[in-house]
Amino acid sequence: MVTIENLHKKFGKNEVLKGIDLTIKDGGIFAVLGPNGSGKTTLIKSILGMVIPHEGTIAINGQSIKNNWQYRKEIDYLPQIANFPGNLTVKELIKMIKDLRDKPANDDELIAYFKLEPFLDKKLVNLSGGTKQKVNLVLTFMFDSPLVILDEPTSGLDPISLIRLKDWIQKEKAKGKTILITSHIMSFVEEVSDDIIFILEGKIYFKGTVAELKQQTKQTSFEHAIATILTENHV
Amino acid sequence: MYFLFYLLLGFTLLFLNSDLSGAVITMMNVIIVLVPLIGTIFGVMYYYDSKEFTELLLAQPVKRSSIFLGQYFGVAISLAASLVFGLGIPFVAYGLFQSAAIFDFTMLLITGVFLTFIFTALAFNIALSNENKIKGFGFAILLWLFLAVIYDGIFLMALMHFQEYPLDKFALIATMGNPIDLSRILIILKLDISALLGYTGAVFKNFFGTNFGSTLSLILLSVWVILPVWRISAKAKKKDF
Repeated sequence: MVTIENLHKKFGKNEVLKGIDLTIKDGGIFAVLGPNGSGKTTLIKSILGMVIPHEGTIAINGQSIKNNWQYRKEIDYLPQIANFPGNLTVKELIKMIKDLRDKPANDDELIAYFKLEPFLDKKLVNLSGGTKQKVNLVLTFMFDSPLVILDEPTSGLDPISLIRLKDWIQKEKAKGKTILITSHIMSFVEEVSDDIIFILEGKIYFKGTVAELKQQTKQTSFEHAIATILTENHV
Repeated sequence: MYFLFYLLLGFTLLFLNSDLSGAVITMMNVIIVLVPLIGTIFGVMYYYDSKEFTELLLAQPVKRSSIFLGQYFGVAISLAASLVFGLGIPFVAYGLFQSAAIFDFTMLLITGVFLTFIFTALAFNIALSNENKIKGFGFAILLWLFLAVIYDGIFLMALMHFQEYPLDKFALIATMGNPIDLSRILIILKLDISALLGYTGAVFKNFFGTNFGSTLSLILLSVWVILPVWRISAKAKKKDF
């Protein structure tokens, strides 16, 4: 369980998060939505401890994450932009992360699943954006952690890989994992997520299921419901 | 590369000098200017170059300070090893162990290693505080230029300007404020060449005597390592990625 209380974060004068209170229960898929620059990635990076908040606390399973690093053993994270050290090959990178985590990993299954075998000995600089994203997905899913955080998992993926990704996410959910996703692809979000957290200007605007959101905005389609929120708030 | 450079430098100097203690003095001048420069540039370059790698590691269950200190010691130790072996091999080949210059030479290597650690640490500090690569590089080079050249100039001018006043204390403190000056005095004290001692060296020697002076400057050099390294880990704890 992730508990966030009164989270504030500024970058210089730009106040990105203005008091976020959020509880994410164990199990299920949660989508974090919001317009560009609303603070989705900042929120996720705060949970991971990559961004240090100015105010507020974050606790995972009741334990504060401040000055703590052990808790990251229980988190798998997919970064938004796959920035890998370019001089490594895919195989070396996977091996290195495995050494680092020192946990059993099902990388072979994932490599086969995303059809990455031909790229194993290629250097990461020479890979296309979509292939890099697949490597990114393998690195994220190969460990069996109870909390999975995916920042824009669909970016650069072809339709077949996208379907595979959705199936895999459902499989992970069936194992009882908590999955946190950010995405701008509304159809993807509607399809996979159980609960939606809508962030607007650094605050939580809405939290609930897709059906509740449609009801609240009196719209029939999910995409229009989101658009209604945005136009009502002049974003 | 760095290792080969020192290897070549060592052999050339020995070839030209054909006298070990003479070569040690020449070497001192090279080390005192060059080692800080190399440490600074490599430190800054390495930090910016491994940025992606750092971000990858940050999301993994690894302690922040161990990521950054690991990178720092990785760079500093490999630079220091290049220096020690690159210079050590030619000197050993020329019969260092039979000569009296061995202690002087050891001192030279020790200060070289210290300077590597100090300037790599300073470079990491600069890189951590500047997101902009060009700016970071600029500051790092300026820092080296300042400590290696400009500092001495200002120091000298201050001495000239206030020559009516007793300057011993000022000279002492000013020397301690610059690791390059400190290393220079340390080596010269060890070599015991009064002609090269200069004003500060003379003050230093009068004040502390050779042995105590050496110990004190070694301690000060350690402080120069510890402070920036401590700041690396403090800064790294607070940084956002």
